[in-house]
Amino acid sequence: MKSVIAENLVKTYRKGAVRALDDLSLDVEEGTVLGVLGPNGAGKTTTVRVLSTLLEPDSGHATVGGIDVIKNPKAVRQIIGLSGQYAAVDETLSGWDNLVMFGQLYHLSASQAKARATELLAQFTLTEAAHRPIKTFSGGMRRRLDLAASLIIRPKVLFLDEPTTGLDPRGRMEMWGVIEGLVREGVTLLLTTQYLEEADQLADDIVVIDQGKVIARGTSDQLKDQVGGERIEIVVAQENLVKAQEVIERVTHGRATVDPGIRRISVPVLDGTQSLIAVIREFDSSGIHALDLALKRPSLDDVFLSLTGHVAEAEIPVDEGKKKGARK
Amino acid sequence: MNGIKDALVITKRQLLQLARVPEVLIFNTIQPVMFVLLFRYVFGGLGAGIKGGYVQLLMPGIFVQTVTFTLAATAQGLAQDMEKGLIDRFRSLPIARSALVVGRTLGDALLNIVVLVVMGVAGYIVGWRPTSGPLHIFYGFLMLLFFGYALSWAGVFAGLMSKDARVVANVSFLFTFPLTFLSNAFASTTSMPKALQYFAEWNPVSTMVAAARQLFGFHNTFGVTAHSFPSEHPIVASFIYMVLIMAVFIPLSVNRYKNANRR
Repeated sequence: MKSVIAENLVKTYRKGAVRALDDLSLDVEEGTVLGVLGPNGAGKTTTVRVLSTLLEPDSGHATVGGIDVIKNPKAVRQIIGLSGQYAAVDETLSGWDNLVMFGQLYHLSASQAKARATELLAQFTLTEAAHRPIKTFSGGMRRRLDLAASLIIRPKVLFLDEPTTGLDPRGRMEMWGVIEGLVREGVTLLLTTQYLEEADQLADDIVVIDQGKVIARGTSDQLKDQVGGERIEIVVAQENLVKAQEVIERVTHGRATVDPGIRRISVPVLDGTQSLIAVIREFDSSGIHALDLALKRPSLDDVFLSLTGHVAEAEIPVDEGKKKGARK
Repeated sequence: MNGIKDALVITKRQLLQLARVPEVLIFNTIQPVMFVLLFRYVFGGLGAGIKGGYVQLLMPGIFVQTVTFTLAATAQGLAQDMEKGLIDRFRSLPIARSALVVGRTLGDALLNIVVLVVMGVAGYIVGWRPTSGPLHIFYGFLMLLFFGYALSWAGVFAGLMSKDARVVANVSFLFTFPLTFLSNAFASTTSMPKALQYFAEWNPVSTMVAAARQLFGFHNTFGVTAHSFPSEHPIVASFIYMVLIMAVFIPLSVNRYKNANRR
């Protein structure tokens, strides 16, 4: 069963001059993770805003948990959790205050709200900081609290809009761990990201979007296969470069490319490990010493580049204050 | 019913904020008290000939000025929620569309109760003596509270329109500050240029000041508009203004909230 369906969504701004969503369709199978991957301004956030009832599309149709987001937004809000790019919690209050408040807004009783807050703070390792104002939290802690706030009612469908943008590597790893935990519990998750490795790490399926359109869809492996199979990359000493190239081409029956600057020979192969072993044997008997040697799959970066013709702009983490000012 | 409960949760949030950052409450009460003292002693001499002295004329004016500034407070509070993305969180919750803004306006009204009480006491200390009896004094304060509440809705709209909390606070202040001075709040309008008198005397602030003075037992003087409806029936006129302000800004605000979009 599909938990999320979006069909032909269109959203334009400035009287059609900007097409934030341009006939975008996607769906998420129940209990799976869909990664929505795209550069800044591709339409990721707009997609999430439409699906989480914050924004009405100009045209198109969408359901979440079988409920129409345009016709029945209030029912959709009962079953979703949303955590955005900005940690949307009250900074003057403590984590505890925030979770109890949001619990009450989800119409839990006061005691239920308190019990749930205690539970969530423990789950996200925030118990110790529970009564500190959010202002004193690190970026990673804020994000975790924001995520906790979106999980109060144990939503059927969770939307995470760039959950790790702006976090330092450690914060990101922590966040990934938390998200992986949620996925194991079986939540249906739609996650947007501009980090290719993040989609790789967390998502079952990936849609790549650019300029408001879906330009590719598949598992991480399928997308990589679209670009091509594996490559062997070998670095040898300068004096062995020519001979090594000849050996590699003979063994793999492929056309090798040589980067003389870094003395690296690269060749596409079909049966990756087999070819690699064959090359190593042949090197051994020819007396060539490999300085470095690797079997490489194309990265999602390669995928992105070949699909869009431009590199995914990995946003440099800037401080929150600066980002707030950068509105479109 | 749930709508009211939701709004009260939001109001409670605001009270919690005040508990966590008590400086806000302290500053919010010190400022009007400071105004009372400054005006009372700087312009006190203007009261020659006024029965009971200038402070009788001043206090209703300063009460109205203070509740008028609620507009800026509400605007700033909501603009901050917009800026931090909190509005998105609230809008993604299964709560009434009105809950956040109703809760905010109620919270600001509660804050006004505290401020009005403190100012009243300060006024009494510097010689303010309303003569109309406890019931009318109570009505006077109640009306001030309503006036602040009505203006709070203009603040809601301003806050939801804005992109920057500091800008909206400054703009609201730039709008409300002259409004409170181009009125009868601190000086009789009869000394103003004639053209200005029309504005000053039809200004809702003046009408409210006149209503408060009447309820506290003090006589108003009007200039060019001496026989106009607001000057003769300031209480009714003030209520008409309040209803008008809310009739315009409540639907505008709720609509704006529904479509609030940070981008």
